[in-house]
Amino acid sequence: MTSAPFEPTATPELDLRRRGIRLGDVLFKGIAIVAALAAVVLLAFIAWKILDLARPAISHFGLSFIWTDVWDPVKEEFGALAFIYGTVVTSVIALVLATPLSIAIALFLTEIAPRRIAAPIATMVELLAAIPSVVLGLWGIIVFGPWVRDHLEPWLQGVLGFLPIFSGDPSQVGILPAALVLTIMIVPITSAICRELFLRVPRDLVDGSLALGSTRWEAIRGVMFAYAAPGIAAAVLLGLGRAFGEAIAVNQTIGNRNVIPTSWFEPGNSLGSMIAAQYTGATSVLQAGSILYLAAILMVISLVANVAAQLIVVRFERARRAV
Amino acid sequence: MSVTPVDPHDITVRSNGLRRRRIVEKGFGVVAILAALMACAILAVVLGTVIYKGFSQLSLSFFTEPRPLFGEQGGIADALVGSALIVGMAMLMAIPVAVLVAIYMSEYAGPRVSRALRVVLDVLNGVPAIVVGIFVFGILVVGHGQSAVYGAFALAILMLPMVSRATQEILDVVPQSLRHASLALGVTKWRTTLSIVLPAAIGGILTGVVIAVARVAGETAPLLFTTSVAANTVSLDVHGALPTLPVLIYENSESPDPNAQAAGWAAALVLIVFVLLLNVLAKFFAGRKRRKLEGS
Repeated sequence: MTSAPFEPTATPELDLRRRGIRLGDVLFKGIAIVAALAAVVLLAFIAWKILDLARPAISHFGLSFIWTDVWDPVKEEFGALAFIYGTVVTSVIALVLATPLSIAIALFLTEIAPRRIAAPIATMVELLAAIPSVVLGLWGIIVFGPWVRDHLEPWLQGVLGFLPIFSGDPSQVGILPAALVLTIMIVPITSAICRELFLRVPRDLVDGSLALGSTRWEAIRGVMFAYAAPGIAAAVLLGLGRAFGEAIAVNQTIGNRNVIPTSWFEPGNSLGSMIAAQYTGATSVLQAGSILYLAAILMVISLVANVAAQLIVVRFERARRAV
Repeated sequence: MSVTPVDPHDITVRSNGLRRRRIVEKGFGVVAILAALMACAILAVVLGTVIYKGFSQLSLSFFTEPRPLFGEQGGIADALVGSALIVGMAMLMAIPVAVLVAIYMSEYAGPRVSRALRVVLDVLNGVPAIVVGIFVFGILVVGHGQSAVYGAFALAILMLPMVSRATQEILDVVPQSLRHASLALGVTKWRTTLSIVLPAAIGGILTGVVIAVARVAGETAPLLFTTSVAANTVSLDVHGALPTLPVLIYENSESPDPNAQAAGWAAALVLIVFVLLLNVLAKFFAGRKRRKLEGS
């Protein structure tokens, strides 16, 4: 190396330093690659480990676990249907309420409010998202639940009492209070995403629509919604993933009864809430395995919701780039 | 309702029904305002209740004394210390890895790998906290028993994607000219990354870190399985289970004892004030970041 003819200035020290410098670059890049790989491995390991831990129950009950409605530690018979029902019903109610509300809030912030009013209100919506779920659950169980029982549920029963979902005695814990607490949790998330989406709609498209004589609402419906529709779908799916996975606030408000309730006023249970309730310890291997089977189902359905949202975002971005 | 078919693309037909259009326009405005007011009202009601029910319990001894065993007056010092230790350890575990992942994504990886990693991080972010808790329970707590370190590890898993994504997004907007100037002066790539790129992005990184800390400081689900069965004493022994604020609030919320509920409200007030302060801090960092990057 020292005899390289084209580099007369290459003294041994300089060459070593140059190699040392390169070593630093290689080392640093190596560490960064290891960190990135660790993140990928972590995700795969979580998925594999949850399925592995659930294996005793998966091999014992098979797939019929999913549509069996029983939870009997004495007879060692377990099934997930009641919890899947509770999870899906509370999350879907929350989503049906939260989506129009979030879109309306986002439209208020981007289209209606002057900036001086919009900024503080956007901050307040962000702060609503920052409230820890356990605090929201505490409020849900002690303050909100009794209000639902004394005011909201009797009113619903008076108006829509002929529907079986609004029958029975009002109760401070149950499907409805849990769904409403979930609504409060996901509104700030979906409205923040919708606001970003609406801000990204090219202004000249909206102005063009207004110039053609449409009202503001018609411009929003025809231009902004059309432009932001895939993004809104992704936001809704992300909200759904959050609602599926929330364990604590639901556990505090849903009532923890391991059956499928006919009425939304009755207590039920969800996947996350049931898992959280078992933290003091399951009594048998099969019961512990069944809890992990529940965790595996929860993981799969929230991953499906999240991956679907990601795919929509990726396709959306690709389509935008093509334009 | 008319039976004649209406061409939806015919503007002249559409501009009929001006009255209806005006009503819809007004109605939309009212609905949007009501929705925004409702969100603010809910925030006010929740915060108001927590302050109203929690503030009267606060005193100096509430912060300095551990929880009482049965019914008497006491504080939350044990849970404060436990939460601080666990969140601190989670930060130590998550932040270096998260920043390195972000550096790999924005400084080394090609666009395709970077996009794939982004999806992996977003999916990791979507794994429910309770599932992360059960995962750590399965790999560590079974056989070793509960420990504050395991609780911190579970929180670190939740922090990792949040901090990584925030850091990567801010690294991507650091001007290329900064990197080129440094490399042109003969500075190596790793020194450039550490002493030019990261300092330029520090505001955004801190914003991400602070928001992630605010999120995990209130997380209960991952702690239930990893560090919930703990004594009511102030302890610094991180190898054993430590009490934490969220678990204390969770347990007290389901207690029929009014004293326990009152302590739960006060603890909730402490937690909320901490979380909201962190969010204000994040706003401050975000503002500085914007000024700095726009200035350059």
